[in-house]
Order: sequence, then C-alpha cells, then structure tokens
Amino acid sequence: MEKILQVKDLELSFNTFAGEVKAIRGVNFDLYKGETLAIVGESGSGKSVTTKSIMRLLPEHSAEFKNGEILFGGRDLTKLSDKEMQKIRGKEIAMIFQDPMTSLNPTMPIGRQLTEPLLKHQKISKAEAKKVAIDLLRLVGMPKPELRMKQYPHQFSGGQRQRIVIAISLACNPQILIADEPTTALDVTIQAQILELMKDLQKKIDTSIIFITHDLGVVANVADRVAVMYGGKIVEIGTVDEIFYNPQHPYTWGLLSSMPSLDAADEKLYAIPGTPPDLLSPPKGDAFALRSEYALQIDMEQNPPFFKVSETHYAATWLLHPDAPRVEPPATVIERMKKFPGSRYYEGSRV
Amino acid sequence: MAEKLLEIKNLKQHFNVGKANEVRAVDDISFDIYRGETLGLVGESGCGKSTTGRSIIRLYDATSGDVFFEGENVHGKKSKKDLKKFNRRMQMIFQDPYASLNPRMKVMDIVAEGIDIHGLAKNQAERKKMVFDLLETVGLNKEHANRYPHEFSGGQRQRLGIARALAVDPEFIIADEPISALDVSIQAQVVNLLKELQEEKGLTYLFIAHDLSMVKYISDRIGVMYFGKLVELAPADELYRNPMHPYTQSLLSAIPLPDPDYERNRVRKSYDPASHNYTEGEDVRMREITPGHFVQCSEREFESLKTAAAHI
Ligand SMILES: Nc1ncnc2c1ncn2[C@@H]1O[C@H](COP(=O)(O)OP(=O)(O)OP(=O)(O)O)[C@@H](O)[C@H]1O
Ligand SMILES: Nc1ncnc2c1ncn2[C@@H]1O[C@H](COP(=O)(O)OP(=O)(O)OP(=O)(O)O)[C@@H](O)[C@H]1O
Ligand SMILES: [Mg+2]
Ligand SMILES: [Mg+2]
Repeated sequence: MEKILQVKDLELSFNTFAGEVKAIRGVNFDLYKGETLAIVGESGSGKSVTTKSIMRLLPEHSAEFKNGEILFGGRDLTKLSDKEMQKIRGKEIAMIFQDPMTSLNPTMPIGRQLTEPLLKHQKISKAEAKKVAIDLLRLVGMPKPELRMKQYPHQFSGGQRQRIVIAISLACNPQILIADEPTTALDVTIQAQILELMKDLQKKIDTSIIFITHDLGVVANVADRVAVMYGGKIVEIGTVDEIFYNPQHPYTWGLLSSMPSLDAADEKLYAIPGTPPDLLSPPKGDAFALRSEYALQIDMEQNPPFFKVSETHYAATWLLHPDAPRVEPPATVIERMKKFPGSRYYEGSRV
Repeated sequence: MAEKLLEIKNLKQHFNVGKANEVRAVDDISFDIYRGETLGLVGESGCGKSTTGRSIIRLYDATSGDVFFEGENVHGKKSKKDLKKFNRRMQMIFQDPYASLNPRMKVMDIVAEGIDIHGLAKNQAERKKMVFDLLETVGLNKEHANRYPHEFSGGQRQRLGIARALAVDPEFIIADEPISALDVSIQAQVVNLLKELQEEKGLTYLFIAHDLSMVKYISDRIGVMYFGKLVELAPADELYRNPMHPYTQSLLSAIPLPDPDYERNRVRKSYDPASHNYTEGEDVRMREITPGHFVQCSEREFESLKTAAAHI
C-alpha cells in the first residue's frame, strides 16, 4: 500500500514558564492512502499536538520541533515555510478541530465561512461557491440550510456548529483529513450519518483519514488501524481487530475496561488509578508503570522498545519480552481475546 | 421516590419569533423530575436539550409554559431576591468546559463565585476552607486553588465545573454533556463522583448526554427529545429493553459498540417523521402505554402500542 504520510521519530516540546513540556516524545507512524487510522489515548497524551504539528498549527513562540520529520509528497513538513504550508492546509490536508468554537469566527456569518476556502482554493464564482456551501450544509444534515447561511455561530447548537466545521473541512476534497473528536458533540444517529459521509468521501477520492476520538465504539466502526497514545508516545499500534481483540499494552487494557457496557450491572465503573505523567519531567522507564498493576522492575528503569506481535501489530511493553513473566490480563480483556485466532485465549471459531 | 421536585408544564422556547428563521427549540414539553433521581435527556443534536436546561434554570425567559420547583413557579413574576434563592438551589454544569471557566480567574475565585454571590462565607478564612473542601470532594487538592483553568486537563476542568456547581449546596443539578470531552477513564471517574455525591447529598440530576451507554448507566429514567418535543419517557432499563417510538428505536440502533465485528454487521434503523402519516389536526401527545412508560403518539398509535405491549 502507498504511504501518503510518514511521521518519523517526532519529538516536540513547549517552552513554558514552568519549563520544557515534552509533549511528543518520539512518535512514529505511517498513514496509507485511503485508510482510516484512529488515534485513541488518555486526555493530554499528545493526540491533538501530534496532528497539529502535521498541520503546523502550534504556537511558534513556544512549540519547538526537537527531532524527527513529517514526510508528505516527498517534502518534510517540519521544514516548510509558512507560505508553502498555507497552500497545503485546507486543500491537501484539512483538519476538523476538537473545539468547533475555536475554528469558527464568532463575528462572521457561517455562509461566508464556508465560501471563503472555496473561493481561495478553487476557481469558482461567488454564486457557485454559495451553492456548494448550501449543498455541503445539507450533506451534513443541517435542516433548512438556505435560511441559516446568514446566521452566526452562537445561534447554532453545539452539534450544529461541529457539523458546520465538518462541512468546511470537506469543501476542498482533501487528500488527508485529520478529524479531532469530530462527532463527540453529535447524537448517535447524526454521528452515524457523518461517519458514513466520511467513508463515502474516502471511497470517492481515496482520502486518508486520521481520526481522533475517545469513543471506542466509533473507533470500532471507522478504523482500519488504531494507534494508542500515552504520555507523548504511541504505546501500541495495530489493525482494529488486533487492538480490540488482542491488545497487549496494560494501558490499552485499562482503556478497554473503563467502558460501561449496555448490559452492565449497576456496579461502579472501572477507572484507571492515578494521574497522567508529568511531561515537565517524564518518568524514566515506561510512563504508565506507576499506574499499572502489571509493572515490572525494568519498567521503572528502561523505556520499553516496540515488540512485534504481528506484521501489523506492535506494542511497547516489557511484558512482551521473552524473559518477562506471564501475566493474566483483566477479565474483560480475556473475553475479547477469546475471539481472536492467534491470541493465547482463543476459543475456536468466532461468534 | 414519588415526591416531585420539579414540574415542567407546556414549556416553549422559540427563537426569532415571527421571522423566516424562527426556531421552535423547545415546543410544548411537559415532564416531572422526582427528588433524588437522575433523569437522562437524550436526542438529536439541535433538538433542544440545552435550551430545555437553560429555560428550566431561567437563563432564558420562556416563550410560554411553567416550571414549578417544589410547587413554586420559577417562571412566574419573581423579584431579584426570589430568583437568587432559586439559583442557589438549582445549578448547571455547562456543555463546554473550556468556554464556561473564566481564563483570567484563579481556581479559588472561580469555585468561590457562588459562595460570594450568595454570601455563604462569614470571612476569608471560611471562604478558603470551603473552596479547599470542594476541591477535595471532586478529587482535586488545595494546591490547585492558585492555578488558572488552562493549566488543567480536560477532565480536571470538568471537575472544576462540578466543584463550582456544588459550592452553593444545590438540590438540583443540570449536567449538560458533562463528560463528552473526556477520555473514557476520566468519564468513569466523573460519573462515579456524580453518583457518590448523589448518594451522600440526595442530589437530583437532569443529565443531558449523547453517550447512550453512559446515560443508561447513570439514569433512573430517560426522556428522548426530537425537534423540540419529548417523544418518549420511561425508566432507563425499560426504554432500552422496549423502545416504542420509532425515533428512539432509530437512536438505539445507532449506538456504536467497541466491537469491530459487531460494527461491520450493524443494521441501523432510520427514522422518517413522515412515516406516522398523521392527519391534519390529529391529537398527537404523550400517552402512558404501560405504567411509567410514556410515548408521543396519536389515539390510533396508542391502541396498537398498547396491544403490542400486552403481548410482551
Ligand atoms: N500551547 C501549549 N503550551 C504548553 N503545553 C501544551 C500546549 N498545548 C498542549 N500542551 C500540553 O501538551 C500535552 C498534550 O496535549 P494534547 O492537546 O495533544 O492532548 P490530547 O491527547 O489531544 O488530549 P485530549 O484528549 O484532552 O484532547 C498536554 O500535557 C498539554 O497540557
Ligand atoms: N440563541 C439562539 N438563537 C437562535 N436559535 C437558537 C439559539 N440557541 C439555540 N438555537 C437553536 O435552537 C435549537 C436547539 O438548540 P439546543 O442548543 O437546545 O440543542 P441541543 O439539543 O442542546 O443540541 P446539541 O446536542 O447539539 O448540543 C437549535 O436548532 C439551535 O440552532
Ligand atoms: Mg485533543
Ligand atoms: Mg446542547
């Protein structure tokens, strides 16, 4: 498969009053043409910063690339000038931001916010742009779009604003679409429509999508592959089946155990104990070790490398070292592993 | 649990009345909230959930309708002083944890805002102690009091919002999507916290959210809204076991589950409002199908729903 984007050994810090916040501490991944890669992980683990660094949208005065490269179309995006980046942004790579209010201009009617990128990147007339804008709004499920073109962002509900942002990002048929929590503010039926819309776009123009979300149900629905982030690093990456049915990293186990299930009894929900690592002085070994009941002595001393689970599946945990003791994953995770041929708990044909 | 804390009667909230872009955000809804329960409110994005919450605590003047809190009308003519009294007993945790905390205020002052407004602390020392206690209640600590909101993670900020709401010792809290911006583990923390507080203090919640597995987990009863109207209201388990309104069925059929195999084979039910084939002027309203299970329907639909329910 063709690689459209490669992120290599990316390290990025913020210089703040309190010191150097090491937000990205060595991130590696490839994005293939036409695939959807989901990024999941703890709040503050570096999902948004990773993708904003691809778009070069971090504050220049404080954000600093420490190492690594981001290759797109034969060029290293970390080295491009602002002017060169502007041609790529919104046209070849588009982004849907986590907080719709920050990407909408509160003082401009939403109609103009939609037509502006169209007029900038495509050679079309104002009247045509307006028509495309209305069509886009209809496509994302906005009722009576003609009447709402002149309204301002505060006159829309949380989910409607998010849909406007999605419409803007789709306007120029980008090669890469980065979607940061695009459907969190939406109800499940509109969410399903938007996800289908994104999949259609993907089929039509072979867009590659990076999809950040906390909703593991959405991940199971959209992702071809999943990267799990913790403390500024990817700790596990694999196909969607590998991550959901054969997870290897204790943080991934914790994540999959925290969800309430629809038929769960009325007991207390599982929450991962402890607090996220301090990125001003990140822990020495495995950043998750202090919160993990599966931590080994070596986790406190040395950062685990990626161990290969399959051609497509890698996890950074010392538990995969040949000399590591065998541990029993949480019960909910074992239930998942029973469905996966190749996992050690596999129980015959899948249900 | 039979004591009514709130009664919402024929509440309407229309925007841009009389203009081409008139929006009937909330269009004649009625329901009760019992003391000590959690009522979940779900529905399509833009259907009027936040507006319902905002109208109940009177952030908006309702277009028409009444809200009774322990029998007293919140929307009747009230003096500033009376309203202040109500504000203290009803609090709202807002949908957007970023926008709802003043970035230039320290946590101490953010959390103490309600304490100051209602004059709940006798002196500075007591004010400080109250804030420290509140921070502890929501799982933060007193060192956090001197920081600014941007120095907190999303989950911590959401807990600041909860601490601020709790500061005035309310009886009723409207939580508008209090967890949707959080990762699943922090969601679990916040939901566990809300439940603990409810048990300790006997709080009543109106819980607005999109995550239906979480709503089911936390709610005693659930109301489903569609385009400004309440279309179904039932005990949480009953609603999931036996959804009756086609919109509710469509909503439940779309819940994404963390199981790729299931997702590949999911069949979604879509809802077409035209499918009811209501005739002009047909009497469509909330009717009780089985005890405690209300569905918006016509007389004709009511009969067939009742027959269907009797066969389960
Ligand atoms: N401008 C900034 N200055 C200093 N630190 C920052 C800045 N932006 C982000 N950070 C820090 O970088 C880390 C990664 O943040 P990021 O926004 O990528 O998290 P995330 O994984 O997207 O979390 P969430 O799920 O809450 O959105 C966090 O510790 C955050 O506090
Ligand atoms: N100030 C306003 N002026 C005009 N229309 C408004 C205003 N506030 C809300 N609306 C409209 O009222 C309707 C209901 O909005 P509301 O915010 O209550 O929806 P919601 O159910 O909370 O949606 P979401 O799940 O997306 O947050 C929407 O169509 C919205 O555009
Ligand atoms: Mg983020
Ligand atoms: Mg809302």
